[in-house]
Amino acid sequence: MAGIMAFAESRDGEVRKVAHEVVTAARKLADALGTEVHAVVLGPAGSAAAAGELGGFGADKVFVGESDAFAHYSAEGFTTVLAAFLKEHGCDAALFPASAQGKDLAPRVAARLGVGYASEATALDVGGGQVVATRPEYAGKLFAKVSFAGKPAVVSLRPNVFTPVESAKAGEVQKLDVSVNAADFGAVVREIRAAAEAKLDVGEAPIVISGGRGLQNPDNFKLLEELAAAFGGRAAVGASRAVVDAGWRPHGDQVGQTGKTVAPTLYFAVGISGAIQHLAGMRTSRFIVAINKDPEAPIFKVADYGIVGDLFQILPRLTEEVRKMLA
Amino acid sequence: MRVKSIVCVKRVPDTEARVRIAADGQSIETAGVKFVLNPYDEFAVEAALKHKEAAGAGDVTVLSVGGGESAETLRTALAMGADAAVLLKSAGPLEGLAVARVIAEEVKGREYDLLLFGMKAIDDDLQAVGPMVAELLGIPAATAVTEFSVEGGKATATREIEGGSEVVELKLPCAITLTKGAYEPRYASLKGIMAAKKKPLEEKPAAGGESGVKVEKLSYPAERSAGRIVGEGPDAVPELLRLLRNEAKVL
Repeated sequence: MAGIMAFAESRDGEVRKVAHEVVTAARKLADALGTEVHAVVLGPAGSAAAAGELGGFGADKVFVGESDAFAHYSAEGFTTVLAAFLKEHGCDAALFPASAQGKDLAPRVAARLGVGYASEATALDVGGGQVVATRPEYAGKLFAKVSFAGKPAVVSLRPNVFTPVESAKAGEVQKLDVSVNAADFGAVVREIRAAAEAKLDVGEAPIVISGGRGLQNPDNFKLLEELAAAFGGRAAVGASRAVVDAGWRPHGDQVGQTGKTVAPTLYFAVGISGAIQHLAGMRTSRFIVAINKDPEAPIFKVADYGIVGDLFQILPRLTEEVRKMLA
Repeated sequence: MRVKSIVCVKRVPDTEARVRIAADGQSIETAGVKFVLNPYDEFAVEAALKHKEAAGAGDVTVLSVGGGESAETLRTALAMGADAAVLLKSAGPLEGLAVARVIAEEVKGREYDLLLFGMKAIDDDLQAVGPMVAELLGIPAATAVTEFSVEGGKATATREIEGGSEVVELKLPCAITLTKGAYEPRYASLKGIMAAKKKPLEEKPAAGGESGVKVEKLSYPAERSAGRIVGEGPDAVPELLRLLRNEAKVL
């Protein structure tokens, strides 16, 4: 037995989009190694309902571990179940999303098994029958090709990089025995607090609109929020380090070396000059648009398209035109 | 009540540094690069100091795995107010699991309530050593924490998740990795810097750091081909959208 394990993250009984990406990446890797994809979903009773869709992204089998102990995410409980699964199946690789949960969980699983871990991978290849992961370091100033000493190769995948591809496999749902007890957990999630508005995370949004000092004051970020809204729930508002340090925006929205490294399909840098640590955090975006009044700003060197001018005039027009276009 | 913390810190190139690949193709050129205490680790040091001060008793030990130069990084943390430092000297840079094994080996014989880390080091960006050490020691952990309280044998931590936050309760001792939040790092005072020189800094060889991964090759990201200025001012907007739709095909 072997196989590629794809951890399919779920929340509130729904499989998250990053799970589709992870299963898609697992499919490609499994094809290259001539093996199967085992998707694993862990959660409370009822989690199996949404799991069937994973066959559509290339899962040969979907293992669902339901337990009252998993009403909330538990690093310890999930690690116990996944490590046992990986041992039993002798998997070649264990893939996770590089989400808040994936980055909390994957290192624990690797340490439990005593195997190596690569985070935020942007490519997976097979060389000499072995898994090789490509991952950014220094927030994307460099890329490292990483090989693994043992099996499974534990890898988390950067959101938005592995585009989900439909690939009809059986996706046969099987029950996974979960014998963990919440009373044994040293850490327990007590509460999940949603942000004031249900918002997309800059790390996962397909469109990111980031603002910098050029916005002049925190209230003006509403111009970016309006543009994001015009994209109809597909866009998140990001921020440069300068404005986060100034307390205008929360750190969770920061793009750059001391914030999040993002790879959306479309990135707007508005009123951001383009410090090296910011460029590192967004340069793997598929398309970059820069709006800045200074034609010499470094941001224009990495942008595919630029508009030079007063963002306070350009943004309202852009929002209006996007609304019209997508109406 | 007392809060005893061990804070794991790392010496990393400054964020504004241009990072160049060394001749071996597997490491970076360090000559002429400014190194600093990893910014996320500063939050962890600050959190340890705050909780010790709030409890009115306890101590803060800072620990680093690295070369001899890391002593300087530990002195920075001592100058902020940490009480003692330990440098586990390794011959070269170690990867995540190896570092976690070295730290776990050292920490398992020590008494502590909190084992604190920066959420990630801004050099390799692995974001894994904290939870790995916790797993090796068999203690609970919370990662990407913005704020936490310590009371009655447990810690209550708020961690960043997509679109909100999660409140986690942990039995002590526990591991917590910090991101930017409630712990704005203090500046070392002149008095702190002078005092740091006299604080204990123990050096010993790093033990038991077997690697799980190997960096085969480092490379620079593909250069982005020079883009173009679509135009000036709001009148350029329709052309921008046309390009995004017809050329880039992203809308």
